[in-house]
Amino acid sequence: MTTTTYRQAMREALRDALRRDERVFLMGEDVGRYGGCYAVSLGLLEEFGPQRIIDTPLSESAFVGAGIGAALGGMRPIVEIMTVNFSLLALDQIVNNAATLRHMSGGQFNVPLVIRMTTGAGRQLAAQHSHSLEGWYAHVPGLRILAPATVQDARGMLWPALCDPDPVLVFEHGLLYNAEGELAADAPVVDLTTAAVRRPGTDVTLLAYGGTLRTALAAADDLAGEGTSAEVLDLRSLRPLDTATIVASVQHTHRAVVVDEGWRSGSLSAEVSARITEEAFYDLDAPVARVCAAEVPVPYAKHLEEAALPSPGAVVEAVHHMAA
Amino acid sequence: MSKDGTHDLELLRQMLRIRRFEERCVELYSASAIRGFLHLAIGEEACAVGVFQALGPEDAVVSTYREHGHALARGISMRAVLAELEGKVEGTSRGRGGSMHLFDAGARFYGGNAIVAGGLPVAIGLALADHLQGRRRVTACLFGDGAVAEGEFHESMNLAALWHLPVLFVCENNLYAMGTSLARAQAETDLALKASAYRMPAWAADGMSVRDVEDTARRAADAVRAGGGPYFVELRTYRFRAHSMYDPDRYRDKAEIERWKERDPIPALVTELTEAGLLSEATWRAIQDGVQAEVDDATAYAESGTLEPVEDLTRFCVADADADAGAEAVAGQALAESRVP
Repeated sequence: MTTTTYRQAMREALRDALRRDERVFLMGEDVGRYGGCYAVSLGLLEEFGPQRIIDTPLSESAFVGAGIGAALGGMRPIVEIMTVNFSLLALDQIVNNAATLRHMSGGQFNVPLVIRMTTGAGRQLAAQHSHSLEGWYAHVPGLRILAPATVQDARGMLWPALCDPDPVLVFEHGLLYNAEGELAADAPVVDLTTAAVRRPGTDVTLLAYGGTLRTALAAADDLAGEGTSAEVLDLRSLRPLDTATIVASVQHTHRAVVVDEGWRSGSLSAEVSARITEEAFYDLDAPVARVCAAEVPVPYAKHLEEAALPSPGAVVEAVHHMAA
Repeated sequence: MSKDGTHDLELLRQMLRIRRFEERCVELYSASAIRGFLHLAIGEEACAVGVFQALGPEDAVVSTYREHGHALARGISMRAVLAELEGKVEGTSRGRGGSMHLFDAGARFYGGNAIVAGGLPVAIGLALADHLQGRRRVTACLFGDGAVAEGEFHESMNLAALWHLPVLFVCENNLYAMGTSLARAQAETDLALKASAYRMPAWAADGMSVRDVEDTARRAADAVRAGGGPYFVELRTYRFRAHSMYDPDRYRDKAEIERWKERDPIPALVTELTEAGLLSEATWRAIQDGVQAEVDDATAYAESGTLEPVEDLTRFCVADADADAGAEAVAGQALAESRVP
């Protein structure tokens, strides 16, 4: 086991994929000479050359669409978009093409494309670089949506995502890149389909993913100090959702709090809550609670940004409220 | 013109196939056998037929929602196209696409894309794959004048030129984006001139002359295939009918439509070949009969086609839904352990 960062784990995953299959290439804004906006691809241009690490102009729609076309043409592209906010410029290609081509063509064509992008707030980047829109993408049939929250998942999710014959979107929370974790030298492959219990508990289930996993784990620590045993579930895959694992946990703890950095209205947290209500209503001792981002564009000022985002304190408060 | 006229007669026959096919579509639409949007290219047949003379089976095609003619000119069976329009399993997309979304893997026909300019980035990617793999193939990307106003057009033109990709851009300029005329949409209405700003060769051709289209397309495709990078061709054409079956066509002057009809590419070629002594009345009759028989056969085929069972509704959404009925249950582990296929 070695200690590594989420950024290094992701870079190693990219390097591994580029070595394993010559059809794999990385394309996006500043992925090459600059080394990646978040330095994830630093050094890869020097190692693999400009045919495999391709810098693009600021043309999100065209280079995401080019990823789709290259996938149709037999390649295994990895497209990096700087942030989920910028991905809206490529929404047409992702939703109207990548997600639909298999179905519209009656199964003749498929799009084995991986799109990586940064998501989330916490760095005072204001309203056009901080949103968590992965829940929107999780709405769309034909896409697989992943949210690696740990170093292990950052290292292990990319290769199986590339093996998926259909488009996969990988959401990397910006605050995670410097997070450290232990990684086995033989880099285990992880599965893409199941949620993971990150901390077992008996009194309440905290459901989180990506950046909010740390929030939920911190809240679980605080709750433990009060004598409340919280189970922390990492959703990992936002589409498809691992409903079975979610329901099994709630049946075990009888209480659930969904922690989501997306807004509450029409959100992923709403979907998770609905599934619990549909499948485990009679196991619940209290209504499902949600801790989400405040319903405002994420503000710049530090105190306002902090107030807008889910915090361990808010999660603890939600648990207190449901126990009262 | 070929010496014995064989090639010209085939161009004529192909244009007539498209014309008669789409006329049959109108009848079938009136009879409610075809529903949804139906965009006809009657009047524009010379574009489809001329362009596809320049492509080989190894080349790729990305098209738009007005693509019946493209599909037929590419060699996709009329039976499958009409079955698709009638929503039958025997259709090109098993009835999941309809008129706007014809696909054929064998013909490397990557669809009917109904988002204006949405196909251009995909064409860039297909060409990029060829470029990276060192394959000498052309990706033909067809779109209308409406696409020129979209950001995806500009992004894609730039990428193609910047990366020297083997894309043949074909703009079928029929002067109207639905009801908005080119003059009301573009500050610069000379689209070839506009395209040349991207540092690629760009030429306009008479889209009402199949021979002019073919010559221009051949020159362009040959240059692309030879490694010359992308090429832009503007085909100046006109649709005789409304944008779709829903369109009352209130935005065009009837006299304008009549003026363009005088340049109908089919009678024009008939006259030319007849005067050159290459088309006898008997031959013309035989061509028409043959086309009529094909259209009748396709109609009967589509009519007798089957509807996909509703139980199969969620198929083809993602790969494993086929095996696992529920779209939620997807195998990642098994895939991950194997090499990329």
